[in-house]
Amino acid sequence: MKKMRKVAIYGKGGIGKSTTTQNTVAGLAEMGRKVMVVGCDPKADSTRLLLGGLAQKSVLDSLRDEGENVELENIRKRGFGETWCVESGGPEPGVGCAGRGIITSINMLESLGAYHESEDLDYAFYDVLGDVVCGGFAMPIRDGKAEEIYIVCSGEMMAMYAANNICKGIMKYAQSGTVRLGGLICNSRNVGNEKEMIEELARQIGTQMIYFVPRDNMVQRAEIHRKTVIEFDPTAGQADQYRNLAKAIDNNEMYVIPKPLEMDALEKLLMDFGLMEAV
Amino acid sequence: MATKNKLVQWTPTDVKEELLKKYPPKVARKRAQSILINEALENTTPEIQANVRTIPGVITMRGCTYAGCKGVIMGPTRDIVNIVHGPIGCSFYAWLTRRNQTDAGEAGENYMPYAFSTDMQDSDIIFGGEKKLKAAIQEAYDLFHPKGICVFATCPVGLIGDDIHAVSREMKEKFGDCNVFAFSCEGYKGVSQSAGHHIANNQVFKHLVGTGENERPGEYKINLLGEYNIGGDGFEIDRVLKLCGITNIATFSGNSSYNQFATAHKADLSCVMCHRSINYVADMLETKYGIPWIKVNFIGAEATAKSLRKIGQYFGDKTLIARIEEVIATEMVKVKEVLSEVKPRTEGKTAMIFVGGSRAHHYMELFNELGMKTVSTGYEFGHRDDYEGRQVIPNLKVDADSRNIEEIEVEADPERFNLRKSPDEMQALEAAGFEFKKYDGLIPDMEKGTLIIDDLNQYEAEKLVEIIKPDIFCAGIKEKYSIQKLGIPLKQLHSYDYGGPYAGFKGAVNFYNEIDRLVNSKVWSYMKAPWQENPELSATYVWE
Repeated sequence: MKKMRKVAIYGKGGIGKSTTTQNTVAGLAEMGRKVMVVGCDPKADSTRLLLGGLAQKSVLDSLRDEGENVELENIRKRGFGETWCVESGGPEPGVGCAGRGIITSINMLESLGAYHESEDLDYAFYDVLGDVVCGGFAMPIRDGKAEEIYIVCSGEMMAMYAANNICKGIMKYAQSGTVRLGGLICNSRNVGNEKEMIEELARQIGTQMIYFVPRDNMVQRAEIHRKTVIEFDPTAGQADQYRNLAKAIDNNEMYVIPKPLEMDALEKLLMDFGLMEAV
Repeated sequence: MATKNKLVQWTPTDVKEELLKKYPPKVARKRAQSILINEALENTTPEIQANVRTIPGVITMRGCTYAGCKGVIMGPTRDIVNIVHGPIGCSFYAWLTRRNQTDAGEAGENYMPYAFSTDMQDSDIIFGGEKKLKAAIQEAYDLFHPKGICVFATCPVGLIGDDIHAVSREMKEKFGDCNVFAFSCEGYKGVSQSAGHHIANNQVFKHLVGTGENERPGEYKINLLGEYNIGGDGFEIDRVLKLCGITNIATFSGNSSYNQFATAHKADLSCVMCHRSINYVADMLETKYGIPWIKVNFIGAEATAKSLRKIGQYFGDKTLIARIEEVIATEMVKVKEVLSEVKPRTEGKTAMIFVGGSRAHHYMELFNELGMKTVSTGYEFGHRDDYEGRQVIPNLKVDADSRNIEEIEVEADPERFNLRKSPDEMQALEAAGFEFKKYDGLIPDMEKGTLIIDDLNQYEAEKLVEIIKPDIFCAGIKEKYSIQKLGIPLKQLHSYDYGGPYAGFKGAVNFYNEIDRLVNSKVWSYMKAPWQENPELSATYVWE
C-alpha cells in the first residue's frame, strides 16, 4: 500500500506560492501522480490555474450554507490532469478569524474522508497564505497534517527573512511531531548572486535548495489564460523547469528539522552576497 | 466535642510563613506582599499589594471582567435586554446566578427571566459575528420593544474584532426609540472582575445617566450606589428608606430600571455602599451634576442606623431626623430581642471573610454585633484604597492592566450642574464632623495581629482553615465545599446560599439566626465516619 505524501508550501506573501504549487502539481499530474490541492487562503485563489478560473465553492462557504449536510462532492472539483482541487476559503478582509477557518476546514475534509485510502492519493498539497501569523495558519504543520514543507523564496531580503521565520514555526512543531523541511524553492527575481545566496541560506539552515526556478514571462502569460504553463504550452522551456521541480520533489529524500538563523547571521549573508555583486 | 486548637500556638508570622512555605521563591515573594499582618502604625495604615495579576497556576477566587460587567453591574436591571455576544456558555452561566432580585416591573417589562445570547458558532467566529448580532438586536427589539438594549462582548468577540459599538450605534439610530449600547468587557481584560465593573459603570454613565427627566416623586432624594439586591437586600433598604420618608431615585443597580439610571442626576445625595465597584461613579455624579457623596453601610443594624442618621444630618431637616430616630427605635426592638437570644451562643466565636471588594468589610459589622471576631479577611478584587483608605488614591500606580480600562473625563454640565449645598453649608457640615467622600478602608477596623490577605487562593484558604480553625468561613460557591470538607461551615456572601436579605434591620435579624444555625450545628462533629474514629471492627463466624 502506498503512503500519501502530505506537502505544505509556505513563503512570503506575493512570492509565487500558488503559481509555483499549481505548476508543480501539473508536473506531478503529468507524471501520473494523483494529487489533491488544498488552498488555505481566504481569497480562495489557490486552484485557479488548475481549474481554469475561480469556479470553486469553498469549504467554509459550504459549511455556512449547508450546515452539517456538506458532502465531499460539494467542496472538491476536478482540475487539470485529474487533480482534486479544494479551497478552504474564509472571511472578508478585516472580519472574523481566517486562522480558525483553516482549522475548521481541514478538520472538515478529514471527517469527510478526503484523505481516505480509498481516494488513492499520492499527494496532498497545502498552499498556505503568507507568513505564519497565528496558530491557525500553522494548522497544516501541526498534528502531522503536512509532513513535508517547501518554502518558496527569492534573493530579496524580506523573502529570506520570511523563510527564516517560517523555519522557526516548523522547528517548534517538528520537535513534537513528524513535520520536516524538504527544502527551499527559489522563485527567481533576478537578484544578483541569487542562486548562490539561496544555496548558502539553505546550507546554513540545514536544508537544500531543491530547485531554482528562473524568471520567465511565460508564467504570466499562462496565468492570464487561467492555465498552468504545462497546460498552456507544454513545449515551453518553462514547462520543463516545472517538470524538473516536480521530479525533484518526487525524488526528494532530504527531510530535516531546520535550524533558523539569528538575525545578524541572516544580515551577514545578505551583506556578503550583496557586496560580492558590487565588486 | 474536642476543644479546637486556636491561634494560641501560632503567631501571625508563623501562619504567614506556613502559607508561603510551599511556593517557589518568586511566587512566595510576590504573595508575601499580598499577605499583611495588621499592625498599628502611627498616623498611617500599613500597605498591602492589591489589584495585581493573579499568579498563573493558583486557584483564585476571582472572576472575569465579563462576569463583573454583565453579571454584577448590568445583571440586576430588569427592563434592559442584556444580549451576550458570544458562545452560549458565557450567557447561560451568568444568568440569574447571583440571586439579584427585582420587582415584577410595570406592564411586564421584566427581562431578567430570559437569557439572551447570540449563540456564536464556529462559522460566526470565522466569518465574524456582526451580522448575527445585528439580527439578535433586531429580534429583541421586535419582540419586546424595550427602552434599552445592552450588548456584552465575550472573549472570542475581542479576538476576532467584531465592532459591537458600531453595530449598537447603527441599531440605536435605526430604532429611534431604543437606547442600544455595548460593553467591551472581554473576560481576559484586567486582573479581576473589578475591570468589568468599571467598564459597565462608565458606559451607563456615558449612555444613560442624565437622559431622563421624570424621576420618582418625593422628598429627600438620594441615589444608592453599589447595592445589588442580592437575596432582596435592596428591598429591605428601600423599605427602611421609605419608612423614613427618604426617596431613592436610583439604585446602581439592584432592582433598578432604565428610568432610574436615566434620572440619577436628579438626586441630591449619592450614598455609596460598595466602594470598590462604584466610587468613581459617585465622583463623576458630583463633578458633572454637583451631587455630593457619602459612604454608607446598610449591612448590620447599628451600621444601618448610623447610615440613616448620616443621611438625616446631610439634609438637616428636623422632621426627617425625628422620623429617622423613630424608625430606628421601632426597628431596633426586634433586632435587640433576637440578638439577646442568639448572642450567648455566638459570642467569642471567630469568622473569616474573603469576598468582594467591600463586602468583607461590611460583614465585619454583623459579626461584631454577634460578638464574633473576624480573625482574617481580604478581598477578591479590591484595590489598595479599599484596604487602606481613599488617601492612597493619588499614589496608586497606574500599570498596563489598569491603563487598559477606559477612564472617562467629565466636567460640569453647563445646564444641569447645580450645587446641592452652598460652600458655607458644606463647610458647616464638615465642621460638625460630617465626612464627605470619606472611606478609611478595611484595615483600620481589623485588630492588630490579624491577617489581611488579598486575592486568597484555594491552597492558602485551606491552610488558613487548618491552622486557625475559624468557626465560620465566608466566601463564594467555588470555595464552599472545599472548606466544608474541612469541617468548617461556609456562608456564601455572593449569593447568600438560599437566604437573605441580610441588609437593614430585618436583614440583620436574618443573619443572626443564620449564623447561629451554622456555627452551632452539630453536623460538623459527625464529619468522621465511625470506622475512622474506631477503625478495628472484629467479628467471628457463628460456627467458631
